Amino acid sequence: MHDTADTSTETGSTAVATDLARTTEAAKGRGAATVERMAKRCSVKDVNLYYGDLHAVKDVSMTIEPNQVTALIGSSGCGKTTVLRSLNRMHELTPGARVEGEVTLDGQNIYAPNVDPVEVRRLVGMVFQAPNPFPTMSVAENVAAGLTLNRKGISKSEKADIVERSLRGAHLWEEVKDRLDRQGSGLSGGQQQRLCIARAIAVEPEVLLMDEPCSALDPVATLAIEDLIEDLKSRYTIVIVTHNMQQAARASDVTAFFNLEAAGKPGRLVEMDATDKMFTTPSKKETEDYVSGRFG
Amino acid sequence: MADTPRDENPAAAFEPDDQINPLGGGAVASGTLPSWFLEAVVGGAALLALAILLVTGSFTIVLLFILTFAVALPTAYILSRLTETRRQAFDRLMTLSIVAAFGVAVAPLISLLYEVVKRGVKGLDVAFFTESARGVIGAGGGAQHAIIGTLVITGVATLISVPIGIMAAIYLNEYGTGRLRRALTFFVDVMTGIPSIVAGLFAYALFAIFLGPGIRLGIIGSVALTVLMIPIVIRSAEEILKIVPNHLREAAYALGTPKWKVVTRIVLPTALAGLVTGVMLAVARVIGETAPLLVTTGVIDSVNTDPFSGRMQNLAVYAYSEYKDPGVDVQASYDKAWAAALTLIVIVMVLSLLARWIYRRFGTDLR
Repeated sequence: MHDTADTSTETGSTAVATDLARTTEAAKGRGAATVERMAKRCSVKDVNLYYGDLHAVKDVSMTIEPNQVTALIGSSGCGKTTVLRSLNRMHELTPGARVEGEVTLDGQNIYAPNVDPVEVRRLVGMVFQAPNPFPTMSVAENVAAGLTLNRKGISKSEKADIVERSLRGAHLWEEVKDRLDRQGSGLSGGQQQRLCIARAIAVEPEVLLMDEPCSALDPVATLAIEDLIEDLKSRYTIVIVTHNMQQAARASDVTAFFNLEAAGKPGRLVEMDATDKMFTTPSKKETEDYVSGRFG
Repeated sequence: MADTPRDENPAAAFEPDDQINPLGGGAVASGTLPSWFLEAVVGGAALLALAILLVTGSFTIVLLFILTFAVALPTAYILSRLTETRRQAFDRLMTLSIVAAFGVAVAPLISLLYEVVKRGVKGLDVAFFTESARGVIGAGGGAQHAIIGTLVITGVATLISVPIGIMAAIYLNEYGTGRLRRALTFFVDVMTGIPSIVAGLFAYALFAIFLGPGIRLGIIGSVALTVLMIPIVIRSAEEILKIVPNHLREAAYALGTPKWKVVTRIVLPTALAGLVTGVMLAVARVIGETAPLLVTTGVIDSVNTDPFSGRMQNLAVYAYSEYKDPGVDVQASYDKAWAAALTLIVIVMVLSLLARWIYRRFGTDLR
């Protein structure tokens, strides 16, 4: 299904698999105590993404630096979300979707033939456009979902610690500490989205992907999430897709601009640079037109 | 802003051409008939129709219904047309027509329930639930054996078809792709249309191969009902699984959850109430089957609780045989047949109410 055999040698991919397995073991071993951790560098090399016959994204190469916020901007349909979803192998869940090229996490190709996508997703968490807490679970169960679903033999007190730590990390603890056993869907939209962020960071991923996390939220809730993102970048590599250019300018360190070559053609990466530079003196005319509101 | 005089009076711009409002008022002031207008018209028409029918001595419920609406429809239209706009008059006419159509649709149902209750209560006594028909040739005796048989046969059928049906629905909705999925969907559709007697003959033939011709067992009836139930369970479960939002699956995948756990821990719990409801309705659908049980479980007068040995009676076949072969006291047998029909309806109704209650109580808000 994934045409990646030509991009990785056999020995290389074995090493990747064992390394991924080891990091997961390490993740399992991590307890409530905060451990000094390194976020991972994620690099994308010549990636082409398809939905069936539709060539959605063409020849994207970029490096996402650890402990920084990278914003992906661009008009609708240019493949930002598709690129984001290829970073934790969510892209292939869409029937007929394919990936060509190489995505590496600290040098390990996540598309190597013997890498388990489930393990990749344990390292690369994701927050979605619309808040999606599990409706059958309480607030606390939602936060602990990643642990209860995927880790065995975790003690109650340890779980409670992780729930509190994750909710504090998502700036939500004070608001929900008295209703941890209530339905997650009873919270407001902004609280639900922070609940989803808490759920994503509870499993201690290396990279956190956010797909337009504020598009369903009001300005106050948006600011709360942006503060949170600023906070989280000391511990994670963060990639955020956004339609809101002020948000990209405010919240990100690096910005990548995607655009369609022409209508009906696949999307591609136009340029990627420090956010300050992208919004003041971008090196491409196309970018300048987009960020200044003149569409090319 | 255009400065034509007409714009100074916005109401004038909206005045319809067919505005007829004898009571005066502005262009937007209409709807002069009271809110109980239609009810009053129907009530008046019903009284009039009742009087006519009683005088002519030809009263029946059906005639009363027809005459009431034959009077009410034109009356409501004309009265409304005289005082309101043409659109409102037409609205009244259509509202009444829809009420009449609804009446036509539920009338057979109400008539049926009325008839079954009226005739069924005569045969209902304590003995009906505590005694079998063993050795009874006239009045007396009961249908305990049939009630137990119905519950055992349907219960075993449910135990077999629910796991198969739900797992098949999970395959179709979560795993299946391409040709196999299409083929399965096609065969489920075909199975939905199998006549129940064919299911009965299939089950009988299947067991006759191994146990010899003439075999009658409760389990054969359960297998026949299973053939009928599985497609219903698959269809309803598939519909319910389809409405579990995909973003919940994606959220679980993004936490690094393997697919089987996404299905068992996220999708199924979210859909649980809907699945239970679907199963209840499938049970209600097969519990009154007669033909397949007639050929597979046989007719017997005494209690048998073991589906794997001996014949087994059930309520539908009991009602049928009480009517076909009445005892010495013919009327007593007929009463027991109606009582069996009433018992079946009550069981189905309890199941439906239970299904609705479960859905409301435990249903997950999927929006």
